[in-house]
Amino acid sequence: MSAARTLATARRVLRQLRHDPRTIGLLLFIPVLLLVLLYYVFDADRRSFDSIGASLLGIFPMVTMFLVTSIATLRERTSGTLERLLSMPLAKADLIGGYALAFGVLAVAQAALATAVAVWFLDLDIAGSPWLLLVIALLDALLGTALGLFVSAFAASEFQVVQFMPAVIFPQILLCGLFAPRGSMQPVLEGLSNVLPMSYAVDGMTEVLHHTGATGDFFRDLAVVAGSALLVLTLGAATLRRRTA
Amino acid sequence: MIPRVTNNSRAPDPGPDPDSTPGTDRDAAADRTPPTPAAPPADPTRGTASDAAPAVHARALTVVRGRRTVLDALSFDVAPGTVTGLLGPSGSGKSTLIRAVVGTQAKVTGTLDVLGHPAGAPPLRSRVGYVTQDPSVYTDLTARQNLDYYAAVLGIPRRDRPAAVDRALTDVDLTDHADDLAGNLSGGQRSRVSLAVALLGTPELLVLDEPTVGLDPVLRRDLWHLFHRLAARGTTLLISSHVMDEADRCEQLLLVREGTLLAAGSPDALRARTGTRTVEDAFLALVETARPASAPHTGEAPA
Repeated sequence: MSAARTLATARRVLRQLRHDPRTIGLLLFIPVLLLVLLYYVFDADRRSFDSIGASLLGIFPMVTMFLVTSIATLRERTSGTLERLLSMPLAKADLIGGYALAFGVLAVAQAALATAVAVWFLDLDIAGSPWLLLVIALLDALLGTALGLFVSAFAASEFQVVQFMPAVIFPQILLCGLFAPRGSMQPVLEGLSNVLPMSYAVDGMTEVLHHTGATGDFFRDLAVVAGSALLVLTLGAATLRRRTA
Repeated sequence: MIPRVTNNSRAPDPGPDPDSTPGTDRDAAADRTPPTPAAPPADPTRGTASDAAPAVHARALTVVRGRRTVLDALSFDVAPGTVTGLLGPSGSGKSTLIRAVVGTQAKVTGTLDVLGHPAGAPPLRSRVGYVTQDPSVYTDLTARQNLDYYAAVLGIPRRDRPAAVDRALTDVDLTDHADDLAGNLSGGQRSRVSLAVALLGTPELLVLDEPTVGLDPVLRRDLWHLFHRLAARGTTLLISSHVMDEADRCEQLLLVREGTLLAAGSPDALRARTGTRTVEDAFLALVETARPASAPHTGEAPA
């Protein structure tokens, strides 16, 4: 692995995005617009906005980075650029690291904007520091990047890869505690929710919502999300083959 | 004994009009009679004469995909510093052979050494340039940005990159379109960006999969001149094509059909051996004399 090649890859991915300002715009402003929408949905119930809003700040980065990465890496696979890169002195870790870095930068921008709007304009009432929200959002984005990279190996077309979103992301949203507390679910589902990483992202956001400092539970949640991201990134690396049939 | 390509008799015909070439600022075109000894001295695998180690050395090279044998026991050598054409109809296994040489093909058995290493070995990744059949460039980057990124991947130091990129763009005559998005270029221009990527690290072996398909005749001629200039610098080129009339632009030929090697040798030798006037006729004659299974495909069976 080489820092120069990882950075070059990250810069290349960001340059590609820069030629696509609409994607950047959508990426940055859709979460903000959805938060504003949610704010008025809970017009009469600001407490619900606080808890659901905080959870959404944890869910957005994962969903968007999942979509962006899965399609970007699918394009690398189908356009021949991946085959070419892997015939060159590029370590798989350089490629994955470059993607993670580029999308991490994007995720920080996205999460910073969404969090700032939520806290300052929509009066999202959190006890803890907004910085802690950002940290979780970043790790979440990495998890989304990792999942996207991984599933792109199992899709042969953009049509297929988009279908992985309801398959991989929706169940996590349903089971993460956004709609019902995880403890009140049918026990099998509760068990399932305990092994899905998004549950911990949302738990972490909830910790920040209710506690002024960073709690032990917060760090546990952080560690689970980061660990899951690393695990899936490693699985994703295994799907990059220098030799293919 | 197997067909070999290791003789150093070079084809006399570099193609018409050696003076109208892209990138005329470097290397006078196509004087190929004395092989250029300008290769990096540190590399023992890089030679110029027939006694030098072959750039590609294949023995009983076989590739199986699913239940199909795509390449069946191919044996050949590619002499360093030559332009070797890999000719055959589409579906004959050319791309698979090229991917095997580059090291991206799975399930390769037999011997396949490239520049003295097993094909695909890590030291080869910066010494072998590879151009895929479809241009493998990022359509949402400019030509220059594409080259800049690949140059970084090849390990060219940051300060040397602009010069290396400019040189590659000049070689493929794309300096006018350097800052156009690759996606906005014509098909032929895009495949030249793809070719320029392969020229970046001044590779010792260039492997090109159908680089001239779909290009207009002028451009095709210019590219062949470029290939010969590269060979004159000491680069070995292995170029696939399904267009038989490109055969005479190569010094050596590997004729493949249905995953087997029909014959290897210079265009003249192939014509002489088969008593035909064109390589296309030679190909047909070889197909007709080829015996199924046991007998050698060339029909001449050197023992």
